[in-house]
Amino acid sequence: MEEVKLFGYWVSPFCRSVEIALKIKGIQYEYIEEDLTNKSPQLLQYNPVYKKIPVLLHNGKPIAESMVILEYIDETWKNNPILPKDPFEKARARFWANFVDQKCFPALWKTIWSTSEQYEQNKAEALERLKVLENELGGKRFFGGDSIGMVDIVANFIGFSFRTIQEALKLDVFTEDNFPKLWEWAENFVNCSPVKKCLPPQDKLIANFPPAYMGKTLVSSFQSRLQLPPPGGC
Amino acid sequence: MAKEDVLLLDFWVSPFCSRVKIALAEKGVAYQQRGEDIFGGKSELLLKSNPIYQKVPVLLHDGKPMCESTNIVQYIDETWPSPPLLPSSAYDRARARFWADFIDKKLFDAGGNIWKTKGEDQAAAKKELIQILKYLEGGLGDKDYFGGDSFGFVDIIAIPLTNWFFAYEKFGNFKVEEECPKFAAWTKRCLGRESVAKTLPDPQQVVEFVSMMRKMHGIE
Repeated sequence: MEEVKLFGYWVSPFCRSVEIALKIKGIQYEYIEEDLTNKSPQLLQYNPVYKKIPVLLHNGKPIAESMVILEYIDETWKNNPILPKDPFEKARARFWANFVDQKCFPALWKTIWSTSEQYEQNKAEALERLKVLENELGGKRFFGGDSIGMVDIVANFIGFSFRTIQEALKLDVFTEDNFPKLWEWAENFVNCSPVKKCLPPQDKLIANFPPAYMGKTLVSSFQSRLQLPPPGGC
Repeated sequence: MAKEDVLLLDFWVSPFCSRVKIALAEKGVAYQQRGEDIFGGKSELLLKSNPIYQKVPVLLHDGKPMCESTNIVQYIDETWPSPPLLPSSAYDRARARFWADFIDKKLFDAGGNIWKTKGEDQAAAKKELIQILKYLEGGLGDKDYFGGDSFGFVDIIAIPLTNWFFAYEKFGNFKVEEECPKFAAWTKRCLGRESVAKTLPDPQQVVEFVSMMRKMHGIE
């Protein structure tokens, strides 16, 4: 009997990546919600280097870092692959997953926390990144082709959380007008069965954003900004 | 395999390019190499092959470009399977990828913070590098190499970065061997390997390069 446990935090898109992959593969697992203001001894034991979620525990052996976990899941459970077989296509998928993780996510994150003065500049950077991503998507339904793959999974923040937060803050970074193909991708992505099962209700996300461990100042600053008019000149 | 099937766009001092060269040497793959003029003007082929980052290394196999050194090394391992660089079990491969990712996120930048700074900032940067090496010592444990008895993926990802340690030690006034003897022993072991010894530039030349960079950054 396989024993699979996931130490996670429900708001985290990195944790969501792992859950989507587990759902795609139909893997039964026990989910353990971590209180990131008071991390469990097990989490600290299983991820001593970063002390972060997600951590996957498979038959007692821990794996940390969401993209490492995704590759592990794909190599261990061979049904419904999330990475291509061909080494060149696999290299491309890894490249784009890293681009989403290291370039898109931080740029979008910055727009959420921009002051009015910073917004236009941060928005410009985010638009540039999204443009690159949209070009890569091209005419494909998903980055993985006909079905979702690792790049789509890693981009879950763009497809779900960011659009939800953006709407609440009345930002205009990722719009259907600006990025019609990427927008369509996002709609298809969030309606995919394994993804749908992992998405919290949008109002719950907003009510609990940002995560408490980021500190009371940031939390109250975000909640008060929900009442403000749109930033910049939009 | 004909030499012209595999082309590496390279910069001599780049530890990231060295990773690719060591991997190709380990696999016995013949390839062509083209040095890029990073400061003077990057080639059209480089800009076309890596439009997003415009960086080396780029590996072109049958004209198909691949970017990002860790990615390229994995591609090399998957395309020319013998001898294997990654372990065979999925769990051990996950551990290897974890350490490669850790090294990528932490090691080169920490070293950079040493030669780019002075005084208190430099002291903090040195402390950070030592902490990173101590984590790596933990990952190595009592093994000869990160993967066990054989030189492999994580060793290839890490060893070229140690080529710059001579420069960090000179400008930071410390010795890695004194702080992290296990890591230093692993380094010596890897440097004894032909693929590594033949690939890595002379550390003194790296010192001269870093010295030039310091002047460019206005530190000296």
